[in-house]
Amino acid sequence: MNAPNTSGWKPEMTPADGLHSGPATTTGNRALMLEEPLLFEIGRADVTGVDLPAVDAGAPNRLGGLARSEAIGLVGLTEPETVRHYTRLSRQNYGIDLGFFPLGSCTMKHNPRLNEKMARLPGFADIHPLAPQSTVQGALEVIHQLGHWLCTLTGMPAVAMSPKAGAHGELCGILAIRAAHEARGDAREVVLVPESAHGTNPATAAFAGYRVEDIPATPEGRVDVAALKARLGPDVAGVMITNPNTCGLFEKDFREIADAVHAAGGYVYCDGANFNAIVGKVRPGDLGVDAMHINLHKTFSTPHGGGGPGSGPVVLSEALAPFAPLPFIRQAEGGEFYLVEEENREERGPSFGRMTAFHGQMGMFTRALTYILSHGADGLKQVAEDAVLNANYILRSMEDILHAPFGASGPCMHEALFGDKDFTNGLSTLDVAKGLIDEGYHPMTVYFPLVVHGAMLVEPTETESKAAIDQFITAFRGVVERALKGDEALKQAPYYSPRRRLDETGAARKPKLAYEG
Amino acid sequence: MRYLPLTDTDRQAMLAKVGASTIDDLFVDVPEVARLDGPIHGLPMHASEMAVERHMKALAAKNMAAGDVPFFLGAGAYRHHVPASVDTIIQRGEFLTAYTPYQPEIAQGTLQMLFEFQTQVARLYGCAVANASLYDGSTACWEAVAMATRVTKRKRAVLSGALHPHYAQVVKTMAHFTGDEIADALPSITSDPELTGLIGRIDEETACVVVQYPDILGRIADLTPIAEAAHAKGALLVVVNTEPVALGAIKSPGEMGADIVVGEGQSLGVGLQFGGPYLGLFAVRDPKHVRQMPGRLCGETTDAEGKRGFVLTLSTREQHIRREKATSNICTNSGLCALAFTVHMTLLGERGLRELAAENHRLACIAADRLAKVPGVEVLNNAFFNEFTLMLGGKPARAIVRDLADKGVLAGVSLGRLYPGVEALEHALLVAVTETTTEEDIERLAQELEASIKESAA
Repeated sequence: MNAPNTSGWKPEMTPADGLHSGPATTTGNRALMLEEPLLFEIGRADVTGVDLPAVDAGAPNRLGGLARSEAIGLVGLTEPETVRHYTRLSRQNYGIDLGFFPLGSCTMKHNPRLNEKMARLPGFADIHPLAPQSTVQGALEVIHQLGHWLCTLTGMPAVAMSPKAGAHGELCGILAIRAAHEARGDAREVVLVPESAHGTNPATAAFAGYRVEDIPATPEGRVDVAALKARLGPDVAGVMITNPNTCGLFEKDFREIADAVHAAGGYVYCDGANFNAIVGKVRPGDLGVDAMHINLHKTFSTPHGGGGPGSGPVVLSEALAPFAPLPFIRQAEGGEFYLVEEENREERGPSFGRMTAFHGQMGMFTRALTYILSHGADGLKQVAEDAVLNANYILRSMEDILHAPFGASGPCMHEALFGDKDFTNGLSTLDVAKGLIDEGYHPMTVYFPLVVHGAMLVEPTETESKAAIDQFITAFRGVVERALKGDEALKQAPYYSPRRRLDETGAARKPKLAYEG
Repeated sequence: MRYLPLTDTDRQAMLAKVGASTIDDLFVDVPEVARLDGPIHGLPMHASEMAVERHMKALAAKNMAAGDVPFFLGAGAYRHHVPASVDTIIQRGEFLTAYTPYQPEIAQGTLQMLFEFQTQVARLYGCAVANASLYDGSTACWEAVAMATRVTKRKRAVLSGALHPHYAQVVKTMAHFTGDEIADALPSITSDPELTGLIGRIDEETACVVVQYPDILGRIADLTPIAEAAHAKGALLVVVNTEPVALGAIKSPGEMGADIVVGEGQSLGVGLQFGGPYLGLFAVRDPKHVRQMPGRLCGETTDAEGKRGFVLTLSTREQHIRREKATSNICTNSGLCALAFTVHMTLLGERGLRELAAENHRLACIAADRLAKVPGVEVLNNAFFNEFTLMLGGKPARAIVRDLADKGVLAGVSLGRLYPGVEALEHALLVAVTETTTEEDIERLAQELEASIKESAA
């Protein structure tokens, strides 16, 4: 039941002479592993995959004498060549559809295909952001319904839907905090950020014009409440705390921290990146949060897409709601939905202004609402419970051989944190990550949070079966045992991926960022 | 629940392994006051795929899809035909369900695609280097201003009056908090962009001047004099483009001396989607500015066996390394939209993009000529690509747009919507025409516009 591979093949069946990779091929291909040139090496300037009327060079134009005379330098492929080129490239990628993707703090859960289907309905996909509002009532209603779910799930009174990603949502929350202080003439300069925080937290606070100060963690992996309280004062605008935190633990003193921050005239920003651990179980509003972004691409299953697009709505407390960015949606007494924009001078109130051209990531809203309706209140609660159970199961299945720095702090939430302090012979977390690639897994998050030496942050999510997790544990233990024994071969892993370790130093020293030729 | 593989038997076995008797033992760190005893009240329970589909379809049916009616909206979002193969490729699970390519050995698909994307964008813009994308055109515009302040160590940005007003709003929102000074203006209602006044606003304190090309009224002007004036004062020229298809017909901003070129890439591959997700494009003409760029960059390198491969690079600019000293707080890019753009651009190629641009311009000229014949209507622009401004002879454009929407024609974007409360702009209507517009659509717009103007006179 827990066999690494039910087909019977085992790594030790590979001949010791290294012939397992076989002789070199003429093409460099290895059966299904296909090498693919760059577009610019196979495309041609006069080839196109779209049928359009030929350009009539003699036709009059009204381009004001600015018609292009030089070649752009683009190349094209016909449709069959295009499909094959990108299909081949796709096969050099790992994705959730292919296997287990335990990337901590990223919540790589299954992306339901119903979401994709719904987002492509012409009534959602083919409407213009500036269309008369009477013609897009259904779209405004989607935003309104999703906003209602997000407010209810978090126990917060208001939500700003326009932020385009998690980091943009952080910015939204911090700008609302700054606007709220400014509105009462209270110039505060400092934002406190725990040292375990994701790098976006300090970057966001600095971008909003704040000075960032670190708050230390306790040996148990939580915010040092005494140190935080000692630092509060009239210059502190607020704190940014991730809860559950990046060590995978619930900040049990969150309410106490929030009360102290409020008493000192500050606001509490909660980084909601880890909301998947508590959705349907705990409402951040009950903990004293003033602002929290929600990554729809994490908790609510919208696809990561190889690095975006994300979506980062921000729930806001009564104190911060008036400062929410434009535009936002209201429902008139007659039931009609409308956008509050710059011109609605009374209704916009002290909003800090516009953060993006239009209303946010509509395509992600339709996907997230589809996901939420599929799960319902009961399903979402089960999501958090299964995610947390899976993570604890991995924690307790590994801690006998792998250093778990906070294993004694009690149960973890939806991610399990390990460190590399017991590895020998110079082996480190990176080697284990690369070893897992050979085993067919996407590695966990590595070297984050910074507070743990050689951190390995494993987030299984709720969409993995017990069998899949058991198989991962077997593989993970195998690689960790090699690292503990100091297996030299691990330093060269991965061996079986489309590329071996890449020279990142060389790439940065002499950046080559576009095709030349 | 169809997305949750654990069975109750699994859960019991796993709880036993972790030494918990119930699931709530794992939530023991949550303070009592914050624990919920069951599913949140007042929300519906889980639903079948069929039931959810019914709910979502009912919402979609309340909207007027652009493809179902004569449609002429633009102003930063354009409706183009996207070849079917684009959507097929972006729905491949290996692209759709991948993460940011932090483990390059198993992310060469995304990385090579980004390298191709960066090359396409750089060439389209006439620049040396493009990044791997930002959220959208408006946020890219702000990032360009912020970068210009870093490069020049000055804190004042001069915005052209004919920059998209929402882009200007975004820049002003951010500048308020960073302490940068933004000098903005309203667009002048003239047949050609008013450059002399803009040049006069550039001084020795100016970090950058921001110009849209084609501008918010659809006008096109040679930007070389602005580039020269900016450079003479030590300022950078930032050019914003919201319609990449235009650059298949007109000179690139880089050719005219732009230092930073940013824009919206939505036209190619992405679709309208009610405003998002879109695709922020960002490029610099001079490679020496690369280390001041925001966002992800993909670079070429080799692997341990000497094979060519690609990685995210120059990450010492970024938040996860630099924390509060990063060039931007941005984490992610708009990866899947970048893929859609690149596949669409690959299908077009040099030839297809030029043909597409020519077809847009041809139809726009037909539309301009026809609409100019509507009594009381004038075309403002001397030059345009696929979007131009109609002056409605003193009639409020906003009311006319609403009236035409009731009649099943999406006539364009009124300047009243974009510049609420500015009386001088109330009578102007932006009309965009693309390859998806038919001559029948143009005729219908002309007739309904004529009728609506008459009615509003009566």
